[in-house]
Amino acid sequence: MKVHEYQAKELLKAAEVAVPAGIVATTSAEAKKAYSALGGGLIVVKAQVHAGGRGKGVAVGPEVDRAVALKIASGEAPRPAGMAKGVQLVKSAEEAEAAAASLLGKTLVTYQTGEQGSPISKVLVTVGHDIARELYLGMAVDRAIGLPVVMASTEGGVEIETVARTAPEKILRVPIDVGCGLLDFQARKIAQALELSGETARKGHVFFKNFVRLFLDTDASLAEINPLIVTAAGDVLALDCKLNFDDNAMFRHPEVAAMLDPSEEDPSELRAGKSGLSYVSLDGDIACLVNGAGLAMSTMDLIKYHGGEPANFLDVGGGANKDQVLEGFRILLSSGNVKAVLVNIFGGIMKCDTIAGALLAAYDEIDFRVPLVVRLEGTNVELGKKMLRESGKKIITADGLTDAAKKVVAASKGAA
Amino acid sequence: MSILVGKSTRLICQGITGKAGAFHSEQCQAYGTNLVGGVTPGRGGSKTLGVPVFDSVSQAVKETGANASMIFVPPPFAADSILEAADAGIAVIVAITEGIPVLDMARAVAYLKAHHPTVRLIGPNCPGIITPGECKIGIMPGYIHKQGRVGVVSRSGTLTYEAVWQLTNLGIGQSTCVGIGGDPVNGTSFVDALAMFEADPDTEAVLMMGEIGGDAEEKAAAFKAAGKFTKPLAAFIAGQTAPPGKRMGHAGAIISGGSGKASDKIAALEAAGIKVAKSPADMGVTLQAVLKS
Repeated sequence: MKVHEYQAKELLKAAEVAVPAGIVATTSAEAKKAYSALGGGLIVVKAQVHAGGRGKGVAVGPEVDRAVALKIASGEAPRPAGMAKGVQLVKSAEEAEAAAASLLGKTLVTYQTGEQGSPISKVLVTVGHDIARELYLGMAVDRAIGLPVVMASTEGGVEIETVARTAPEKILRVPIDVGCGLLDFQARKIAQALELSGETARKGHVFFKNFVRLFLDTDASLAEINPLIVTAAGDVLALDCKLNFDDNAMFRHPEVAAMLDPSEEDPSELRAGKSGLSYVSLDGDIACLVNGAGLAMSTMDLIKYHGGEPANFLDVGGGANKDQVLEGFRILLSSGNVKAVLVNIFGGIMKCDTIAGALLAAYDEIDFRVPLVVRLEGTNVELGKKMLRESGKKIITADGLTDAAKKVVAASKGAA
Repeated sequence: MSILVGKSTRLICQGITGKAGAFHSEQCQAYGTNLVGGVTPGRGGSKTLGVPVFDSVSQAVKETGANASMIFVPPPFAADSILEAADAGIAVIVAITEGIPVLDMARAVAYLKAHHPTVRLIGPNCPGIITPGECKIGIMPGYIHKQGRVGVVSRSGTLTYEAVWQLTNLGIGQSTCVGIGGDPVNGTSFVDALAMFEADPDTEAVLMMGEIGGDAEEKAAAFKAAGKFTKPLAAFIAGQTAPPGKRMGHAGAIISGGSGKASDKIAALEAAGIKVAKSPADMGVTLQAVLKS
C-alpha cells in the first residue's frame, strides 16, 4: 500500500524524524491561508499524487491531449509557457493561491503515471529551505539476506536505481536486525558515509534511528527520503518522502490503513481485492482467469507465446468456487477491450466436474459477449469437459495448455 | 529415495482444528502420511482425525515423537508458530499459511539461523512437500504424483501441479517435490533445495520453476555454474509478460527497480547451461530432454 507525501511526512513527524513545516490544502483559499500560517517567504506548493516525477509533471484539464502531456512530462516535447508543473515555488499568498488553483481538480501526468495521469485533490504547502546538500536515505527488505537494509548515498535527488547502475560504490548498505533497530555504530557509519560532521552528524544520528524505528514499527515495505537535505543552517530534513507498506501487516496498523486513497487505485484491482482475488490489468485483449499466481503468470506468458496479448492477471485462488469465478468474470468483462476469455484451472484437490458446475452457473449469470475457452485439468476432467460441451453454451473446451492458447488466440482474432 | 520427508516422518499439524488445517490433515492421512497429532492452544486433551490434540508443540513432541510440522495457523500468529515448532525440536517445518507480514518472517528466519540452524523451514505461502508414495505434507493433490527419480522445486503451487502432471504423464516419476513458497523472505531457497537434491543418491535430475522478483533463480544459476550442482537441470520462469511495479499475486512476485525480470533470470540460467522451457506446456518435455542428453 502506498501513501501520499503529506501522509508520509505526518508519520515521520510523529516519529520525530525532521520534516519541513507544511500544511495540506484542498482549496486555493486554504493554500493562501497556509502561506501566511507558515510565516511567508519562500514556500513550495506540491501536488499530492502517488507517482514520482511531479516536478517535471504537467497538471492538465480534460481539454489537453494526454499523450502530448506525457511527452512533455517525459521531456520528449517542449513545455508550452503557462503549463502548470506539479511542484511550484511561490513568494506570496496570492502566488500560493494561484499555484493551488492551477493544480487542484486537475490531473497530473508524469513519466510514471502514464497517459491516464493521477487526479490532484490535495496540495502540500510547505516551507522552502536553503539547501546546502542533497542526500539519499532509503530502506527496504533485502530478499537476498532476508533482512531490511538501510541504503545511504551522497547522490541525492536522482533515482537510486540510476546510482546503483552507474556508481554502486556510492551506496552504503546497512543490514538491520529487526529486533534491535539501528545500532549506534550503524548510525555513525551512515553519517560518515553521508559526510556529515559535528552538530549536523548528531542530528543525523537521531534522524536515522527514528527513521528505522518508524519503518519497523509500521511494517513499511519501502521508505525513501530523496532528497534528504542538509540546510545552510546545518539541519537535516526530509524534503520529500515516499512510504510503502506491507499489505499483509495492515491489520495491525489501522491508522496507516486508513490513509489509503482509493482514487489512486485501479478500480478493478480494488474490487478484486475485496473478493479475495488478485487482479492486475494489462494492455492486451485476451482475458484470463486462472487458479494460483504462478499458473496465472504462466498463462499470460503462454498467450503471448502463441501470438496473443494478455488483458490481465487474475488469480482466483487455489480452489476456484462459483462466487470467485463469477466475480472474476464480472471484473474481466468490465473491460471493453476483451475479445476472448481463457479459463485455465488445474483442479488439484477440487474435482473438475465441481469446477465445471461453478463455471456454468457463473456463465448463466453473465452476459457473455465474447468467446470463452476453458482448459481444465485434474480429477474427473473428462466428466467436467463433457458437462461444458453438452451445456449448449458457447464454450470451447481445450485439451492441454498449448491447445487452449491456440484456440483462444484464434477466437480473439475471429471476434475482432 | 527422497529429501527431507519419507516413511519415517511423524507429522503434527499446527492449526489442526481450523477448517483448512482439518481438511488437509485428513487428505495427508488419506495419502498415507503418518499423522501423529495436532496442536491448537486451548484444545489440548481432545481428539480429531483419530489423533490427539495438544496445547503446545513441545507437549505434542514429548507425547508423540513428532519430527515434522505442517502449519495452518492464521497469518498474524504463523511466524510465532514456526518458532514454537523449532523450539520444541521439530526438524522439518512446513508453513502453508499465506499472508504473513514480511517483517515477521525476517525476524523468524533470523531467529532460526541464530538459534536453530539445523531446522529446515519450507515456505511460508507454499503448497508443501511430498515424497510420492511415502509422505505428503501440504495441500497438493497426491494423485498427480508418481514415485521416481526427478526432484521438483518451485516458488508456486498450481504451476508445480502442472509441471508434476506433465512429468507423470510422460512416465517420469518424482523423488521429492518441494514448494519453497511465493513470499519475499522464506526458509528454503532454490540453492538449499538443489544442494539437498545433489546429495540425494536417488535424485537423478531436477526440474525448477521460478518466477519474477528477487534473485533466487540467479543464485541457483551461479550455484550450478560453480559446479556445486552436477545433475541434469531444467527450468521454467513464470512472469515474462508481467509489468514492473505490480505484485502478481504472490507477495514476492514483483519486478522492482528494474531487477527481478524474467528475461534476466532466463539469461542467467541459460548462461549456466540450464535448459529453460519457453512455454509452460513444455516443462515436462524439457526435463525429459535433459534426462536423455
